[in-house]
Amino acid sequence: MISVENLTKFYGQRRALDRVSFQIERGEAIGLLGLNGAGKTTMLRILTSLMLPSAGRATLDGLDVVRNAKEVRARLGYLPDTPPLYGEMSVQGYLLFAAQLRGLEGKKALERVEQVEEMTAIRDVRDERASHLSHGYRQRVGIAQAIVHRPSVVILDEPTSGLDPAQTVEMRGLIRSLRSEHTVLFSSHLLPEVSHVCDRVLILHKGALLGSPKMSELAAVLGMHTVLVRVRAEPKGPIELLRKLEGVHDISVEQVSDGQTELRLTLAPDVRPRVARSLIEQGYDLLRLDRPELDLETVFLRVTGHKSQGTRDANGSADRPA
Amino acid sequence: MRMVALIVRRELGAYFRSPLGFIILSTVLLLDGLLFNAYAMGSEERRSSSVLMLFFYFSSGTTLVASIVISMRLLAEERQTGSAALILSAPVSEAEIVIGKFLSAWIFLAIITVATLYMPLLIFVNGSVTVGQICAGYLGLLVLGAAAVAIGTLGSVLAPNQIVATLLSAGMIGLTVILWWIAHVTSPPLSTASAYADLYMKHFPPFMTGVLSTANVLYYVSVAYLFLQISIRVLEARRWH
Repeated sequence: MISVENLTKFYGQRRALDRVSFQIERGEAIGLLGLNGAGKTTMLRILTSLMLPSAGRATLDGLDVVRNAKEVRARLGYLPDTPPLYGEMSVQGYLLFAAQLRGLEGKKALERVEQVEEMTAIRDVRDERASHLSHGYRQRVGIAQAIVHRPSVVILDEPTSGLDPAQTVEMRGLIRSLRSEHTVLFSSHLLPEVSHVCDRVLILHKGALLGSPKMSELAAVLGMHTVLVRVRAEPKGPIELLRKLEGVHDISVEQVSDGQTELRLTLAPDVRPRVARSLIEQGYDLLRLDRPELDLETVFLRVTGHKSQGTRDANGSADRPA
Repeated sequence: MRMVALIVRRELGAYFRSPLGFIILSTVLLLDGLLFNAYAMGSEERRSSSVLMLFFYFSSGTTLVASIVISMRLLAEERQTGSAALILSAPVSEAEIVIGKFLSAWIFLAIITVATLYMPLLIFVNGSVTVGQICAGYLGLLVLGAAAVAIGTLGSVLAPNQIVATLLSAGMIGLTVILWWIAHVTSPPLSTASAYADLYMKHFPPFMTGVLSTANVLYYVSVAYLFLQISIRVLEARRWH
């Protein structure tokens, strides 16, 4: 339902988007992933026809975002990185205005606003001025205005930005709940945000689309079946043992100190119990077995073929960045 | 038209929900009252029609200043606070946005202008003027205000924040007002064109004396139309970046 072909955007001499092409089908939840300055907000602003592309084409349900801008805007809801609130208006007054702006009228608008207030859990602040709300509530009201007119596509730009951990979990739940009625596209520079909600990710880097894998494929590509194992032993013994295990694809030494060895293993899915049993049965003290935190920098290093600094391979030689 | 009405209702409500609207209202009424009392009424004897003329003379100045302050927030404030994304991502055309915001500012200015009516009515206590002169003067204030608010709307569309919008609008209005003096130091045809284009000295004085000229009304309406058209084009062009 969203089709993007060779989308390019220049700000003066600087290229913000470089011939980006992708498709999003109805009902998908897509994460737009990228570091700061990757072009995520530019992409979203073009899709919402807030900005025109320098070249290329984007359509929503066959409607061109440039030539049919008004029709496109009627079919989507947008939450920018700063919620577009009018500080002096009450929450309910603001949502009514947003609903009427998108074509809802009279009693229908009021009913829909009340429904959306329930969905986004903002009913208890409906009479408050927007300027008096906490950041978390402002984001919720921002999502409420984006869905009040039942758009087919909801576009969210960094919806969890600035939220505390509890609010982030609530926001993720809210975004997940949108999937039943809407196609969702949201941007983030935090991989965990995307992984909890999305079917697929679009990875942007310096304006270019590096890939659009499914989340399950991403896990494999980026080594999210990687585990860190620490045993109280010298490296040689555990490495020889683990090499013989089926499902262990790669072993590299992370750290050796104070009689302890930390290894990074790339495994087939769900081999961790076998790894743990093998080490313990052979008498090794298993001090750690868990997944490493995967940050976005590591994602990009992996996707672009670079290796993380400080890693040693199983022979003990330091890996040099490619 | 429905979208324009919606925007007008929201914007007009914003003037009355925020302190700025009441500050502008009370400041204009205070200034007009002080100037009317000190200079229009004054201590020397004057004909009633002269008092009325002076009232409209001072009111036109406060109208121009109020127009700048009223219009500075129209789009610049939205850009500052981030709320512009709501209206710009809605199925509303740039023309509807600009016209809606202009009308809301002009209606608010009209409310302030009408609120000064008690002052000309005070003339009837000791004197007499024609209703025609009062109506002509107020029509002049309203059309002058429309032109000034349209110029302010363009300033607000161009500027990234309200302070720059104020300076830009003040500069543009100031330029259109001093054209009269430029006309005096240049030769035809430039002097003729400058004199005609002047926002104040050429077209407003007849309203003060009760002379209703359609040419002058048309002039102010044309200025408003021109600046609103430019504002719409600028807002459309902003989508390129």
